[in-house]
Amino acid sequence: MSSLDSLYQQIILEQSKARYGADLPNEHLQGLHLPENVGQCHQLNPVCGDEITLRLETADDVVSGIHWAGDGCAISMASASILSEMVVGLERAEVHSLIESFREVMRSRGKLQADEEILGDAAALSGVSKFPARVKCAMLAWVAAEDALNQTS
Amino acid sequence: MPVASHAHPIHPSAQALGDDEVLRIRNDFPILETEVNGQPLVYLDSGATSQNPLSVMEAEQEYYEQRNSAVHRGAHTLAVAATDVFEDARSTVAAFIGADDNELVWTQNATAGLNLIAYSFGNASVGKISGAAQKFALAVGDEVLVTEMEHHANLIPWQELCRRTGATLRFIPIHDDGTLDMDAAAALIGAKTKVLAFTHVSNVTGVINPVAQLSAMAHEVDALVVLDACQSAPHLPLDVKALDVDFAVFSGHKMLAPTGIGGVYGRAELLDAMPPFLTGGSMITTVTMEEAGYLPAPQRFEAGTQPISQAAALAAATNYLRETGMERIHEWEAALGQRMVRGLEAIEGIRVLGPASGIPRAGLASFEVEGVHAHDVGQYLDAAGIAVRVGHHCAQPLHRRLGLNASTRASTYLYNTTAEVDAFLAAVAGVRGYFGVNGA
Ligand SMILES: Cc1ncc(COP(=O)(O)O)c(C=O)c1O
Repeated sequence: MSSLDSLYQQIILEQSKARYGADLPNEHLQGLHLPENVGQCHQLNPVCGDEITLRLETADDVVSGIHWAGDGCAISMASASILSEMVVGLERAEVHSLIESFREVMRSRGKLQADEEILGDAAALSGVSKFPARVKCAMLAWVAAEDALNQTS
Repeated sequence: MPVASHAHPIHPSAQALGDDEVLRIRNDFPILETEVNGQPLVYLDSGATSQNPLSVMEAEQEYYEQRNSAVHRGAHTLAVAATDVFEDARSTVAAFIGADDNELVWTQNATAGLNLIAYSFGNASVGKISGAAQKFALAVGDEVLVTEMEHHANLIPWQELCRRTGATLRFIPIHDDGTLDMDAAAALIGAKTKVLAFTHVSNVTGVINPVAQLSAMAHEVDALVVLDACQSAPHLPLDVKALDVDFAVFSGHKMLAPTGIGGVYGRAELLDAMPPFLTGGSMITTVTMEEAGYLPAPQRFEAGTQPISQAAALAAATNYLRETGMERIHEWEAALGQRMVRGLEAIEGIRVLGPASGIPRAGLASFEVEGVHAHDVGQYLDAAGIAVRVGHHCAQPLHRRLGLNASTRASTYLYNTTAEVDAFLAAVAGVRGYFGVNGA
């Protein structure tokens, strides 16, 4: 597989079009008066204009919903979509450790092979870590989710 | 000053630049031999930063090997030699843009140059200012006018200046094809206009603005004209006097020179009247514990140790360009630009920003690939060895106006061949298929 193909695996191209969870209505982008169990974060990559507003809902320390609106490259959109499929039903601590594992792989410059047991479909994003300029794209939704989760109580 | 010799023969004839000569020119640019991802590099990002010919690198090396010293600061032999290099470089580069020696101020780059101008205007707007410096003062009720196509470097310094002084920032809109709305310009330029700042050539659409016409309109209302010549000085014959602008800025790294050097042109009487921006050593006459007198321009704007080897290298770069011929370079790039736009227009799902083929533009093209984000387009092209720029190219308002937040830009220079443009077009034609976009 060429390194381009390892970056853009079929599953990533599919997820970038599917965009699971990309249903945050426009009027919610500001998110002014959020209840305590809801957190929301806006992330922008000023280099290329990738942008996401992501909202996490929790119930009894379990993620009960994820919604986002965004625009960006295939990597950032696929990453947000994959994350959305994974987090609902996870406990707070599980989400944190998932994000940490993902971050570790992304920062490894291609040295770490993602564990599919832990990262599921997100393991397909491993190839991104060989392209330092694209790591931020892959991390965008995950950073937003981390921040949104921290806002909830 | 001594300029390193050229490896390729100089063609002083009026004969047009063509692929044969460009292939010889390429021998002067070692980096163009690079392979990227197993493919020969096709460098189409000169609009962001250009490559250096050997003569430029040799000028910088020769300075360090033979003359390195402090300029304007010593009586020893090396200091004199260094000062000569520095000031000869100034003459060479000033002549290249049609300016006199005392009208060129060295800066770090164009951004620093635009900030120098804006901050100097700001300094003329506060405190005790008298005499000729009042010409630069801005206050509530005054207007600074820019255009909708500006690079952030020619927008944000003016936003900040207006915030500090209470002046109002306004902008001349563009048409859908990226050209400036001249009717709107005529309506906006008026008695309140104190500054008109605009780009000569758009770094996104390649639109070439009617500089002399805009200068005349601004001067009719006594406004100061600031030209961003970043994308023109490297690519076409630039004569700041003929265009009758008051100030102009450019960056060396976009015109075959290293990073860390650029210039501000200012009309002599304006530079001498303008309050300084950066202050300190090398720009003063008499200093007491209370106050200081300032040297005339250009030294009054060159506080601290200057980029000397970079100035020598920039002079070598302008010599290289002059000897090749700016008119010929412009014509060659314009032809490459047209070939690029024609080719892109023929590919399904591509939208070219700026003027359609057949309408004059600089040798660059930005475009949108329907269904594929610019970042992915750039990655795909990189895998084919083709270097382009992706993103908003430091022109967010322009992109927003054109209805997108990122595009892909291919920009040419004198060392690009027809074959490279064709390789680029062939690669672009494969993008939508690769990403599985419907209809491709
Ligand atoms: C039109 C224009 N203005 C200003 C700049 C800023 O140049 P620099 O980053 O060298 O200061 C650029 C370069 O990107 C440009 O294209």
